[in-house]
Amino acid sequence: MESVARSQSAADPGASASNDKTLIYRQSRWTRLTHWLWAISLFFMLLSGLQIFNARPQLYIGKESGFDYNNTIFAIGAENSDAGPRGYTEIFGKRFDTTGVLGWSGPAGQETSRAFPSWATIPSYYDLGTARVIHFFFAWILTTTLIVWFVASIVNGHLRRDLAPRLDDLKRLPQDIVDHAKLKFHHAREYNTLQKMAYSGVLFVLLPLMIITGLAMSPSMNSVLPFLNDLLGGRQTARTIHFTVMVLLVAFFVVHILMILAAGPINELRSIITGWYRTDPPAQDDKPVERNA
Amino acid sequence: MAKFQISRRKFLTGASLGVSGIMLSGCDAFDSQLGVGSGLRSFLENANDLTYRAQRLLAGRDALAPEFTEADIRQPQRPNGVTAPDDDVYKGLLANNFADWRLEVTGLVEKPLSLSREQLQNMPSRTQITRHDCVEGWSCIAKWTGTPLSLVLDQAVVKPQARYVMFHCLDTIDRSLSGDIKYYGSIDLIDARHPQTILAYGLNGKPLPVENGAPLRVRVERQLGYKMPKYLYKIELVDGFATVGGGRGGYWEDNGYDWYGGI
Repeated sequence: MESVARSQSAADPGASASNDKTLIYRQSRWTRLTHWLWAISLFFMLLSGLQIFNARPQLYIGKESGFDYNNTIFAIGAENSDAGPRGYTEIFGKRFDTTGVLGWSGPAGQETSRAFPSWATIPSYYDLGTARVIHFFFAWILTTTLIVWFVASIVNGHLRRDLAPRLDDLKRLPQDIVDHAKLKFHHAREYNTLQKMAYSGVLFVLLPLMIITGLAMSPSMNSVLPFLNDLLGGRQTARTIHFTVMVLLVAFFVVHILMILAAGPINELRSIITGWYRTDPPAQDDKPVERNA
Repeated sequence: MAKFQISRRKFLTGASLGVSGIMLSGCDAFDSQLGVGSGLRSFLENANDLTYRAQRLLAGRDALAPEFTEADIRQPQRPNGVTAPDDDVYKGLLANNFADWRLEVTGLVEKPLSLSREQLQNMPSRTQITRHDCVEGWSCIAKWTGTPLSLVLDQAVVKPQARYVMFHCLDTIDRSLSGDIKYYGSIDLIDARHPQTILAYGLNGKPLPVENGAPLRVRVERQLGYKMPKYLYKIELVDGFATVGGGRGGYWEDNGYDWYGGI
């Protein structure tokens, strides 16, 4: 990454002086290390989690699963039709044909009945016990990393400086939305308002909710924190929230990657690997971001 | 600027190729490393020990699993696993309504026991409405009545070197080249002596039905369903389980499930 930056400067000698000034140390080693540990953990937790879901591909609302009554709000399954077996996904009673991906999938001629397809699960074959080993191993990594990041970010000022909301953020919000819609990005030291909202939402809402709903499903933890499931609306509701937060985290991941690609993947990747980030040169920008300084 | 655009395009192509490569090979890339006994898997399983220790530390000996009300019982207890044992011994006992059935308490005890159904039912009982959580993800609330396991252990007088309670069952869960595999499982003495750990003979106010484990099944309310064997006939106090079955402490454990089912 560094060599790319250097060769750019060499290609445009006139800009090299200002470029050196625009290269700033943006991400501390704590932020970078925890970012990649989260990325690895979430990758394995997602794929092992989908395997765990496959063992009971239904989601319910309440304390228990309804077998003699219906409290199912989401289901993936397979059924026979005139055209052979079809996979379906049912959300709030509305059924969609998802053959090939959800419910019924596999190599041509060897399709099987499985909720999430084998390319989306670890292990690729059905193995609930192994998926649980992987899921809980990375749950420890994720939770530990989140705590380490939180403490480090208080100490090194990352929270106060980069994530804490300011009055200014509110004023910037409409322009931020317009800029994002136009894929027009300002490369500044600070996060923009939408970035702050997205990162804070993941780190302070989604990941803690994931951990809490995960613990709420543990029968042993229910004896330690019996109020947890009462707050969440019952163990099966906790499981449904756990799954929903997974969907939101995947949505965040997709947007996160798209934004990185649109904003300049080399610069963005460099900052989260080495910490160094190239900000917009103040003079060349038609609308300089004064807040950089 | 133009130069940068090209490198970005190259990067995009490379990145999307890389990502789709991961997705395609993705999830069977790890399969070979994950079998029971393989190095990577054994390393990952250390997290299970950590979970066990952490939950023991937090929950202690006597923290109770949540109990529910009669209004929460909205359906029969869902049966799972073996629901009608095809074993001749079991079928013979069932034909006689379990009059000849005995619960053996053996192993590291001072006074081995052989208890009939009546003897068990004449001991003090405990009734609790609890939620059964299956490892698959579903839950079901029911009312269980039975003899606290701690009373049975007290009567047999557990030797100090005993560390685990092993449950032996009458049902064949699997067949292998070396013969039928009967269901078995084990818990530590902390859960064995937990106030809610009972040897259940009653379900929702009626005798325990065959599909739920008649004549006797275990309830270990702070763990998942696979830790609560059905069709019980022998309780053995042991100091380890390395020599039994696959050596991992239970039928499902031998097949890759964690020995501690508290999560």
